[in-house]
Amino acid sequence: MSALGLAARDSSTMVRRQLKRLIRYPSMTVQLVITPVILLLLFVYVFGGTLGAGIGGGRDTYVDYVVPGILLMAATMAATGTAVMVATDMTEGIIARFRTMRISRASVLTGHVVASVIQQLVGMAVVIGVALAVGFRPNATVLEWLAAAGLLTLFVVAITWLSVALGLKSPTPEAASNAPMPLVFLPFLGSGFVPTDSMPTVLRWFAEYQPFTPIMQTVRGLLLGSPIGNNAVIAIAWCAGIGVVSYLWAKHTYNKA
Amino acid sequence: MTNLAIAANGLRKSFPGKDGDKVVLDGVDLAVPEATIFSLLGPNGAGKTTTVQILSTLLRADAGEVRVAGFDLARQADDVRGAIGVTGQYSAVDKLLTGEENLLLMADLRHLSRRDGRRRAAEMLERFDLVDAARKPAGTYSGGMRRRLDLAMTLVGDPRLIFLDEPTTGLDPRSRRTMWGIVRELVAGGVTVFLTTQYLDEADRLADHIALLDHGRLIAEGTADELKRLIPGGHVSLRFTDDDALKDALDALGRGFVDPSDDDRLTLQVPSDGGVASLRELLARLDAAGVEPSDLSVHTPDLDDVFLTLTGRDPGQNTDQKAEVSR
Repeated sequence: MSALGLAARDSSTMVRRQLKRLIRYPSMTVQLVITPVILLLLFVYVFGGTLGAGIGGGRDTYVDYVVPGILLMAATMAATGTAVMVATDMTEGIIARFRTMRISRASVLTGHVVASVIQQLVGMAVVIGVALAVGFRPNATVLEWLAAAGLLTLFVVAITWLSVALGLKSPTPEAASNAPMPLVFLPFLGSGFVPTDSMPTVLRWFAEYQPFTPIMQTVRGLLLGSPIGNNAVIAIAWCAGIGVVSYLWAKHTYNKA
Repeated sequence: MTNLAIAANGLRKSFPGKDGDKVVLDGVDLAVPEATIFSLLGPNGAGKTTTVQILSTLLRADAGEVRVAGFDLARQADDVRGAIGVTGQYSAVDKLLTGEENLLLMADLRHLSRRDGRRRAAEMLERFDLVDAARKPAGTYSGGMRRRLDLAMTLVGDPRLIFLDEPTTGLDPRSRRTMWGIVRELVAGGVTVFLTTQYLDEADRLADHIALLDHGRLIAEGTADELKRLIPGGHVSLRFTDDDALKDALDALGRGFVDPSDDDRLTLQVPSDGGVASLRELLARLDAAGVEPSDLSVHTPDLDDVFLTLTGRDPGQNTDQKAEVSR
């Protein structure tokens, strides 16, 4: 078998290992699905009336507005989970065993990433399901749905590689749970929950140029038909950039240890 | 000449520390023939684990020419990895997976076919007495079971050379005996075993060849019998009724150490050939100092004595205890 074939085979073995671990230890997955659902319900039923009025509608208008922000927030929370999983894994003797075996080095990390991405996409599907039940009314075509799913997957892959790198960099699992914290707030400091033009100047400037805003605007545009403009290109560039840099960073950190 | 499974020359390693670099291995030479058990023996902190980590490609040596399983360690690390198996001091099992899943994971990573992998996993469960626990998560296993699973995982890929880093530390006597039996079987099957241990009886019972490591240097090497011949004799065990008497005796004799197996810490072990003349001299010295042991016994030499004579301290002792005695 070629080197690439072996790497693919080792990676798929590691993905199976990680999926089994996630299934055997479901509390993390359940928490990663429940928390965004609760936030969704909170924002729709508690803040939704007032915030909806602020953007010239009501609770129904706000459900449509807030879903992309909640989806990205779900991904950032899952990133925390991934970082903890990776940091915990690195403290286990089995990683030393993997390092003394003739296997593809990056396969351990790929296993974490692919399994986390699957976990998160399932989580996002649940959030979208609940959103539809409480009044989310997208007008997207099948193609637009696929495009939105594609962008969200790209985003999840990028953010997961970032969380793997942060997990590897953390000396303990406790430290790993704090490292991705700032990410959780980025949807708030962008167009996730309220339009950026309602913010004070400095904050607005940050909100418009940070990576999450173009991604949320693009998802919003694809699902609800609001204007996308050049947001799609910027969103893809951000995801690809974060993904590639994080991948290299993670791989370098793992090989050095 | 027999083929060497491990050949190391001038192995050096130091780690950066607060007050300069700490030298852990200071020019170690090793020659381990194939299909033998080689035991690296030494107290905690002697550099045993570091040696295993270097030989098993986990750490890079600072200097030294090393060939493992016929491959150059620095240039052919991946080939080395393909030939070795490592069971470390800390269990390297996935605690969330079952015993069987752990074995199948190893089979997949060794690129066995699905059928061969299943067959091999079943064989290992049988051989290591883990059939009943096969479908339970490894996290629920006892220490002995986990160690057996660990070794079984190492053996899934049929390695020619196995590193066992303190394989019986923390095990109860029965599990320790089981482990010894397994190690002997492996070598009978042509596998080379590189074993580190701090238990002298373990090295004595298992190893064809023993090397004593202390402060990063090999201080003696040979078969257990050869090592025992290095020293004139065994030791004399002296028990005292109180602490002061023991201290006075230690001062009068100028050598010896407190037997750590005595919970009251009132027993002194003194290197001695056990002959009448030396006993008479020893008692005369104690007499002159005005101390009298409540009990005296003579021990014929074992590896403990080799260690005691060569390093000036007991292998089971840590440095704090040593400082306490030499005060």
